[in-house]
Amino acid sequence: MSKGKVVVAMSGGVDSSVAAALLQQQGYEVTGMMLRLWSEPGREASNRCCTPAAMSVARRVAGQLGIPFYAINAQDAFREIVVQSFLDGYAAGGTPNPCLACNRQIRWEYLLNRALALGADYMATGHYVRLTRNPGEPVRLFEAVDSHKDQSYVLHVLNQAKLQHALFPLGELTKPQVRAIAAELKLPAATSKESMDLCFLAGQDYRDFLHRYQPQLIQPGEIVNTAGQPIGQHEGLANYTIGQRKGLGIPAAHPLYVIAKDMTSNQLIVGTQDELGGTQLTTEPVHWVSGHAPAVPFDAEVKIRYSARKAPARVTPLADGRAELEFAQPLRDITPGQAAVVYVNGEVLGGALISAPAAVEDSNKYAISFAADEHR
Amino acid sequence: MTPAARYFDYAATTPLNPRVWAAMQPYFEAEFGNPSSVHAYGQRAEAAVENARGRLAAALGCQPEELLFTSGGTEGNNLALRGAALAARRQRGANRLLVSLVEHPAVARTAQQLAAEFGFELAHLPVDEYGIVHPKDVARLLTPDTALVSVILANNEVGTINPIAEIAAICRERGILLHSDAIQAPAHLSLNVTELGIDLLSLGAHKLYGPKGVGLLYVRAGTPLLPTQTGGGHEAGLRAGTHNVPYIVGMAEAFDLAQAEVDQSARRLTSLRDHVIASIMQIPDSKLTGHPSQRLANHASFVFKGVDGNALLMLLDAAGFACSSGSACKTGDPQPSEVLLAMGLAPEWAAGSLRITLGKHTTQADVDALLAALPSLIERARMLEGAFR
Repeated sequence: MSKGKVVVAMSGGVDSSVAAALLQQQGYEVTGMMLRLWSEPGREASNRCCTPAAMSVARRVAGQLGIPFYAINAQDAFREIVVQSFLDGYAAGGTPNPCLACNRQIRWEYLLNRALALGADYMATGHYVRLTRNPGEPVRLFEAVDSHKDQSYVLHVLNQAKLQHALFPLGELTKPQVRAIAAELKLPAATSKESMDLCFLAGQDYRDFLHRYQPQLIQPGEIVNTAGQPIGQHEGLANYTIGQRKGLGIPAAHPLYVIAKDMTSNQLIVGTQDELGGTQLTTEPVHWVSGHAPAVPFDAEVKIRYSARKAPARVTPLADGRAELEFAQPLRDITPGQAAVVYVNGEVLGGALISAPAAVEDSNKYAISFAADEHR
Repeated sequence: MTPAARYFDYAATTPLNPRVWAAMQPYFEAEFGNPSSVHAYGQRAEAAVENARGRLAAALGCQPEELLFTSGGTEGNNLALRGAALAARRQRGANRLLVSLVEHPAVARTAQQLAAEFGFELAHLPVDEYGIVHPKDVARLLTPDTALVSVILANNEVGTINPIAEIAAICRERGILLHSDAIQAPAHLSLNVTELGIDLLSLGAHKLYGPKGVGLLYVRAGTPLLPTQTGGGHEAGLRAGTHNVPYIVGMAEAFDLAQAEVDQSARRLTSLRDHVIASIMQIPDSKLTGHPSQRLANHASFVFKGVDGNALLMLLDAAGFACSSGSACKTGDPQPSEVLLAMGLAPEWAAGSLRITLGKHTTQADVDALLAALPSLIERARMLEGAFR
């Protein structure tokens, strides 16, 4: 008796292959699909997500499990949505995380639509994250058991319409357990090294990519200190991210860090470690996983980057859908364009992009807000 | 999710005829000899190869020594283009290739490589809206320095049959070689290379219930050809490599069986095909691609506006129907078909292609089931495409 039809998003990697095998063992009727994403022409063989070699491994896994397998061409959609949001994010002065757009609009929309069109009840991925389902309640999203592999940060973008179709069979497992299952089932696995690089950069530095696709973003300009005094030249604001220390090329008594970027004056503002960071930030409109914004301020833990630790914070939802976050301790690298994801007891309540500090007018949210304003 | 699907992809490949398998089997086991060997094993293997060559020559209306065995249609096309182009250049300094815009990649890419890497000038023969190459265009574009003309006999994507005999007459009159890729044809047309008046013709076995991995190239006696695969002196020094004896035997058997019933099969399939075409043309925003009547008996091909052809194939497969978009494309390459673009179709139509090709195991019930399911699947594919656009 089938528990239902599920499409598994396969990549040839061990996680999604084990996810497919486990769901089959649990009694689901499984179909594999693999996204073919955009690469720069000529670099397809290096795309981290979907090389021809990875595709052939995924086909072998599907063959071994005896499940149908389809390659889904999402190259146009990926280029138009994910790569464009990456370019736009840098144009706006932020440091974008294109995996968020990919999960929201490619994996969990473009691919999910195809799974549902095929008659699937569910779509599953090899992400490390957990869900709970109770009748009459919203689906709730939790961190994975394996905190090293937890991917709840990038999946905070899912809404209830998507989550009701989502299955994450690896959320209760650790990576070593998943590897052991793969070995036991003799599942072939792609030999790609684990990497944090963006798939479409295909091993190249993002700066080289920006140089080719948004050359207008690469305008040299002044490096100034927090008092607004010029102390050097930068090679284009997109080359830098908040908290960056290396590559500034300015001799100083104390190490200098990127504190902010002023897109209007094309200035890179640097300062000492003391001047870096802050305790407050404002977000863009928040995506609440339940579909409803909490009515009153609450205490939570917040992750401000994929690899950051959760930090205690007070979350104040604003009437216009945004939120203000106040951290118990200063955080070094609050970076516009990255997401702030809100957790309570391991549950993902929601998340939002961090706004650029220039939007903040009248508070000392960042030391640099004053400095930049004074300079102007 | 996929029970035994109904198969509508005979242009991609066909199941092996059990009688072909029976003819092949001894040559894997007892009669395993190498035809180049002197001993009795070799003699029997060589006899089998030459017997096959004789049968195929009789079926095609040529002399046995005019047939070279290859590994399939793609190799035949490669050998014909590269071998004839290089020989014509050496012999008479001819440096130009004239190739239609609706060739299979085995011809199109080979011609492109000859241009890019070997210095040939590549000129193209246009086609009309049905994908037909017109003899008057051949006459107009043929120049004395043309090494070779190549025109596909029956197009794999749209099924259109070209007037090869008329084109051959023009080429012959001007003293220019003509090659044709005939791989899709012999299950549905009787082929006589002498009547066609052609110089080079590529065929493969697996489109007519024979094995994959074997084919032949007809090379009219006296046609200059350089080998592209060198080694031992097999096949008159034009195609080196130990003969694939069981497959060659299988091809001869398959060819005889298919050509013996070609008229009867074509009558049955034409009637099924025309039923498919009439029914699918009722679907809104659909178009037949290729010529309405001057097409392969088993071949029905369409485009649907606002549909991603690959998404439609996936939906069809999951519903139990094995079809094609026109050219094999499993890795999800998004490029619209060059053949359809050459026929003047706009990209928003060309991306939504569907090829339905029938064969000897296709029943009326198969066709009825497909035609009943297709409209709603196209509707679903359109919704998917609409959601993205």
